Amino acid sequence: MLYFDHCASTPPREDVIRTMMEVMAKHYANPSSLHQGGVEAGKLLERSRAVVAAAFGTSQAEWTFTSGGTESNNAAIIGATARYRNKGKHLITTQIEHPSVYDTFRRLSNEGFRVTYLPVNEQGTVAAQDVAAALTEDTVMVSVMHVNNEVGSIQPIAEIGAMLNKHRKVLFHVDGIQSVGKLPIALREWGIDLFSASAHKVGGPRGVGLLYTRHGVQLEPLLAGGGQEQGLRPGTENVAAIVASAKAFRLALETREARSARMFGLRRRLVRCIGEIPELVLNGAAVSDEELSMTAVMAPHIVNFSYPGMKPEVLIHTLEENGILASTKSACSSKEDKPSQVLLAMGLGKERASSGIRISFGDEHGEADVDYLCGKLNEVVARLKPFERKE
Amino acid sequence: MKVDMIMVRFGEYTIKGRNRGHFEKRIVEQVRRMLRPFVALQITRAFGRIYITLNGESYELISAKLKHIFGIMSFSPVRKCASELETIRETALEVMAALPRKPSTFKVTMRRVDKSFPHDSQEMNHLVGGHVLRAMPDLKVNVKQPEVELRIEIQPEGTYVFSEVVPAAGGFPYGTNGKAVLLLSGGIDSPVAGYLAMRKGLELEAIHFHSFPFTSEQAKQKVITLAQMLAEMNGVPFKLHMVSFTEIQTSFTQCNQDHLIITLMRRAMLRIAERLAERSGAIGIVTGDSLGQVASQTLPSMNVIGRTVELPLLRPLITTDKNDIIRMAEQIGTYETSILPFEDCCTLFIPKSPSTNPNLNVVRKVESFVPRLDEMIEEAIAQTETLVITPGESPETAKAGKDDWF
Repeated sequence: MLYFDHCASTPPREDVIRTMMEVMAKHYANPSSLHQGGVEAGKLLERSRAVVAAAFGTSQAEWTFTSGGTESNNAAIIGATARYRNKGKHLITTQIEHPSVYDTFRRLSNEGFRVTYLPVNEQGTVAAQDVAAALTEDTVMVSVMHVNNEVGSIQPIAEIGAMLNKHRKVLFHVDGIQSVGKLPIALREWGIDLFSASAHKVGGPRGVGLLYTRHGVQLEPLLAGGGQEQGLRPGTENVAAIVASAKAFRLALETREARSARMFGLRRRLVRCIGEIPELVLNGAAVSDEELSMTAVMAPHIVNFSYPGMKPEVLIHTLEENGILASTKSACSSKEDKPSQVLLAMGLGKERASSGIRISFGDEHGEADVDYLCGKLNEVVARLKPFERKE
Repeated sequence: MKVDMIMVRFGEYTIKGRNRGHFEKRIVEQVRRMLRPFVALQITRAFGRIYITLNGESYELISAKLKHIFGIMSFSPVRKCASELETIRETALEVMAALPRKPSTFKVTMRRVDKSFPHDSQEMNHLVGGHVLRAMPDLKVNVKQPEVELRIEIQPEGTYVFSEVVPAAGGFPYGTNGKAVLLLSGGIDSPVAGYLAMRKGLELEAIHFHSFPFTSEQAKQKVITLAQMLAEMNGVPFKLHMVSFTEIQTSFTQCNQDHLIITLMRRAMLRIAERLAERSGAIGIVTGDSLGQVASQTLPSMNVIGRTVELPLLRPLITTDKNDIIRMAEQIGTYETSILPFEDCCTLFIPKSPSTNPNLNVVRKVESFVPRLDEMIEEAIAQTETLVITPGESPETAKAGKDDWF
């Protein structure tokens, strides 16, 4: 079985599972309890926070553990807009955000905020100039994802951050859920105020997200309760999963360079293969020579292509018969029978937007796996060709 | 702006004639100690100054450290360029553009040490100043009171250009004003008092009184965390004496003189602190007292409490308002820890109406009726547990669990 759906969720690392089991068995006490058991659990929580903070080159007090990427995105956007709503009512985001960002803004637009959804180019990238042009006196937040979860396009976060530097009032939120462990991230240098990450995208367990809140930025908490996480995120902390996540994040960030170089290689190989199958068309940019540098345009671990005229489920199921697991658009919305909003925003037309397939790699894959996938793609396309429906 | 060098200026002690050399030697030592992780640096001492050549090390990280070194008054990021008119002009513009806040007035101060440079200082003032004015039309020259001084030194090895002056901690270098003990409660005030005392060049050892099981393990951890922060400020190992105060404190509750409990406690603490100070060669006791803040910090209370010891009591916060103390605590980073809600022994057994005007004779009398007070004090001193907090060492939480879990 070849699992090419790392963007949806990654297989947890074995050492992460072991950490989780051991901590769960031993440190079941509630970190808020006064007795020694609680004190020990509380220390594990703080050590996890220190590990995460060090891995990102920031200070410990700036990190909150949440239940996952969706909560981090919600808490950042709703929390900041609620806290600073008297400073302005205009928000800026893009047309290609994950639903946990996009739909949060949709909800805010029903609550008296004005939201600008910026377009992207054909490669799935928003322009920093467009962000600058959209700013008004009333703007309080800009939220742009680092790597798009469907096509893998990289957004110019550093450039947007530098531009926003002149606008003190505007908070900059970045959904980094697909970029952590894949691309370099410089929270301080890029002027990021709020940043979301998710553990199960980097070999950690489900149920743990990170929310970075730059020192000085305040959020209204989403939940009311017992004051855990400095009151920002009440609820008994999931100590075992948090410790395991800290390990997963640390390893993902420490080994990023070598791992992403490998994945860039795999991506290049698969992109070449798809280019040689005339029925398939690549979505997003191919590869560029700068891919290993900061100016790369596509993330190393995602390849998105369409088979125009073929329902993507057919391709997904035929690949699965051959032991290959892939996704249509993002896992969260793949059950809806609608064209991909991201591909539509890239201006690729309804037919291409309705037939997108996403392949996402991880560390367990090698060139042989990509070659196997390539062989099967050739076979499957040949087999399905008679059933194409051209509009 | 790429910074090539940092010029560091010293604090007030440079006016002290004969000791100047000694102070300067200590500050250079201290700068070397705090910047040890940056291996490529070259640190040279000049008259009243230190020059730090970065050799590619990060200015941001180094300036963050320099800001907190006691004995440094201010420093400036310096650009080095070739001694050519055009290059100097461009560098001057870069330096002006990199200022954190746009000034409205400036002046150029030129030093031409390299006399082979074709233009003299007067000419250079106009050549560079005029260039800056053309590029920054809102800027005006003000020779008497400029907001910013653009300084250019033409040396044989190249030209140094700088204008930004970053204020630093000030005060005296580490340990140049002797040694004292600090009463560290875990509240907001005492870490700030410790910071201010160290900024004045005092070497400190901290003393904490706990009343386990009336005070918790968390309260002890909190004090260790605060001591760790104080240790980081000077980058040298820091001693924390943990004194068990349970027996003494509980015996005071049996005197039927509830309104005097605080007075009695503070006197006993000072007696213990004085003995520990003498044992460590310290000749002063630093406290976080602030006049009138609580019952034990009224002038009559301090009079009665202070008379139990002979060592000088240093109270850096004595006339500082609480709001200002809080602001300082936030600046030095101790506030968040100080407000953690773990009770320390100073807030334990507090009577409803503690005396703000205790009578020294009454207090002495009550003390004389406390059974075994002197022995209990001896025992507390003998049983004191001393922790040596190493700077840079991971705090207690970093040792939680097993290393391979992380």
